[in-house]
Amino acid sequence: MISLTIDGKKATVKKGTTILEAAKSIGIKIPTLCYDPRIVPHGTCRMCVVELEGSNKLATSCSTPAADGMVVFTETKKTTEARRTVLDLLLSNHPLDCLTCEKAGDCELQDLCYKYDVKESSFQGEKLTAEIDRTNQFYERDPNKCILCGKCVYVCAQLQCTNAIGFSQRGFRTHIAIPFEQDLDASLCVSCGNCVSACPTGALIPKRKEKFRYWETDTTRTTCSYCGVGCQMDLLTKDNKVVEIKPAMGTPNEGLLCVKGKFAYNFVNHDSRLKSPLLKKDGKFEEISWDEAYDIIVEKINDVKKNYGPDAIAGLSSARCTNEENYLMQKLMRAVIGTNNIDHCARL
Amino acid sequence: MTNSIAEVKDADVIFITGTNTTENHPVIGAMVKQAVNKGTKIIVADPREIELANYAEVYLPLKPGTNIALLNAMMNVIINEGLQDEEYIKERTENYEEMKKIVMEYTPEKAGEICEVDPEDIRKAARLYAKADKGSILYAMGITQHSTGTNNVMSVANLAMLCGNVGKESTGVNPLRGQNNVQGACDMGALPGDLPGYQKVNNPDVIEKFNKAWGVELSINPGLTIPEILNHAHEGDVKLIYIMGENPMVSDPDTAHVKESLENLDFLIVQDIFLTETAELADLVLPASTFAEKDGVFTNTERRVQRVRKAIEPIGQSKPDWIILMEVMNRLGYNKTYNSPKEIFEEIASVTPSYGGLSYERIEEEGIQWPCPTQDHPGTRFLHKDKFARGKGQFQAIDYVPSVELPDEEYPLVLTTGRILYQYHTRTMTDKTEGLTNIAPESFIEMNPALAKELKVEDGEMVRVSSRRGEILTRAKVTDTISNNVVFIPFHYAEGAANVLTNAKALDTKSKIPEFKVCAVKVDKIS
Repeated sequence: MISLTIDGKKATVKKGTTILEAAKSIGIKIPTLCYDPRIVPHGTCRMCVVELEGSNKLATSCSTPAADGMVVFTETKKTTEARRTVLDLLLSNHPLDCLTCEKAGDCELQDLCYKYDVKESSFQGEKLTAEIDRTNQFYERDPNKCILCGKCVYVCAQLQCTNAIGFSQRGFRTHIAIPFEQDLDASLCVSCGNCVSACPTGALIPKRKEKFRYWETDTTRTTCSYCGVGCQMDLLTKDNKVVEIKPAMGTPNEGLLCVKGKFAYNFVNHDSRLKSPLLKKDGKFEEISWDEAYDIIVEKINDVKKNYGPDAIAGLSSARCTNEENYLMQKLMRAVIGTNNIDHCARL
Repeated sequence: MTNSIAEVKDADVIFITGTNTTENHPVIGAMVKQAVNKGTKIIVADPREIELANYAEVYLPLKPGTNIALLNAMMNVIINEGLQDEEYIKERTENYEEMKKIVMEYTPEKAGEICEVDPEDIRKAARLYAKADKGSILYAMGITQHSTGTNNVMSVANLAMLCGNVGKESTGVNPLRGQNNVQGACDMGALPGDLPGYQKVNNPDVIEKFNKAWGVELSINPGLTIPEILNHAHEGDVKLIYIMGENPMVSDPDTAHVKESLENLDFLIVQDIFLTETAELADLVLPASTFAEKDGVFTNTERRVQRVRKAIEPIGQSKPDWIILMEVMNRLGYNKTYNSPKEIFEEIASVTPSYGGLSYERIEEEGIQWPCPTQDHPGTRFLHKDKFARGKGQFQAIDYVPSVELPDEEYPLVLTTGRILYQYHTRTMTDKTEGLTNIAPESFIEMNPALAKELKVEDGEMVRVSSRRGEILTRAKVTDTISNNVVFIPFHYAEGAANVLTNAKALDTKSKIPEFKVCAVKVDKIS
């Protein structure tokens, strides 16, 4: 273990811990854009620079290991100036369309510009313009809003391990590209959306069915309803509709999702949802009330039980329902109807 | 899983068999690839050259249904070369000699012939797995959906125990479960022979305990599994079925048989979120709410009990399944009421020893893995540490037995079914997302270029596929990732449905799982 001082507070951390992580461990948040605890630190964005006692140079806290006895300052005149310059440079090639940008309210660039009072760029010059790539079924890529933090490239390479995208060209012409400068639909992309979830700006955004602003939404942490991995995720909802899903960090999915978990939530609010009990009369379904439905169930179950015994009744429970519901289904069959004829699709 | 998802990343060797992980458990698939990037070696045994086969040190394209021959031969090599964990076998297991006797008959050459793989590759795979300090095995329905499914699983367990790979971190026998709460549904006793927590209905002490807890006299007659329920319905012995959130018209083998069985009922109740193919046949349909509209828990493939939380109000007049079930119980004269799923969970914990220490409070921030018997128990990351649940790990002597329906002159090809990344189960949920439908719109049949050439079929052409149960039309997908005499159809689609062809009569004798992975079919060019 090593000890260091950050903004006058003492932190004791394991050797090899970065300054950024050491600061986090004592509740000090250093601003970042390209940092992601899951990927190898790459120090691209320079937002996380800090001052070290005895050094003239600013250090990138995300990639500099903490050292014993180190004295760190995270918010000084020098760091503020450096961060403002970084933001100023980023804005020199970034559209200032926050009023209509879908990412507004959830944009890390916007938040940092607000924090450091950067309204517009002081640099004049060429702006890159590129076509928005809408060829993926689930998300759009707007290169004009890309700040080249590299998170999407590294998440795709190091976490999803698909390597669908990379950096192309150098200097001002650097951009994120698909091999041979093709569109996304021609890439190896499996639409997991993990790059979209990691993107700090509006460069990668989900295609939306509903218009919403992030500040209008409620967030509910839950468990994905697709495969058995049990990914933790946040449902963003507005007006009783699920409008977006974001992965949760931590166990078991470590901030990852797949195409279904991330994008395939449309079924929840789909028009064809069953909305009322239905009784088949002469081969056609008619809407009935819950009371009528329950009366029919009771009558039919009692009839069959009386005439043929409880084992003439069977229940199929569901691997899509909750434990509580499966528990009640088998309890209904066993304790109330009186049969062990209860199974579900574990084998299918 | 005996072990945890995160442990996959620290295994030295992962043996992946009968699971197309990157498509069916994509996040675990990504973690396997992360492990490979850090130096983990993987072995893949699968009739299809799945994505992970490209990352494998050894890829064994075995013939469907020959898993036991392969596993026995791997153990044969391990024992012959002295690579087994003698100390572990002596201390932790029993019945080793019996198992060894059978395994000794399975030389790599013999298995190579049965499995249609190179005996040298079997040797390589065996050495790689046996020499690993931490060897993990991942499998799924490619192992279980066979008439020998139970024996396949026990063979996998034999191999793991032989190398001391059970009860240790980053090792284990790890089935990956395909549906969000299939683990929880099993845990909760949605099985004919098991009350919650796998407490057996044929155990008088268990029955007495539940009689007391529930205030009723429980039946001690063993119940029926789904294939048996459908058969009994077909025969007219089962008169009423109440189906919650299942779609056997697409998911179960031999669709014609399923349809006849359901139509033969006096009354069919289906409770679901959409009017599924099965609900269409119902007399009464009840509208249920989705996961987004209710509270509860799911248990994932690593036994982790995690919260599901209500994010929106139920759509229309739909109700969460737990409310419907409670109201049905109450109307039938059982007066227990629950104000919330939390109260049901408290009852579950009180009658289920492996859930005994769990509560909503404890899993609020992060789920806990069962067994968790007491409130101060941290949960269990991996099973069988120091000691197996039953005491000693019991080796089973298992012979290879061919699948029930083998190819013949009339039906010369092996059909194996499975899933794809862009759809889920019977598509009731995924067909509502346009992007998925655009990418994976319809049923298809994978076939080798040599077979396509023989049939004079082009990639993308509609073909007729038939078995002894029925026939379908589906689109040819010509690919060299499948062997010449094997074809693959995903079972998701109701049109061109794979399960029109599959065999409901070939069941595993113990688990009653249908042999979805092997049945005999023929493919014909239409024009």
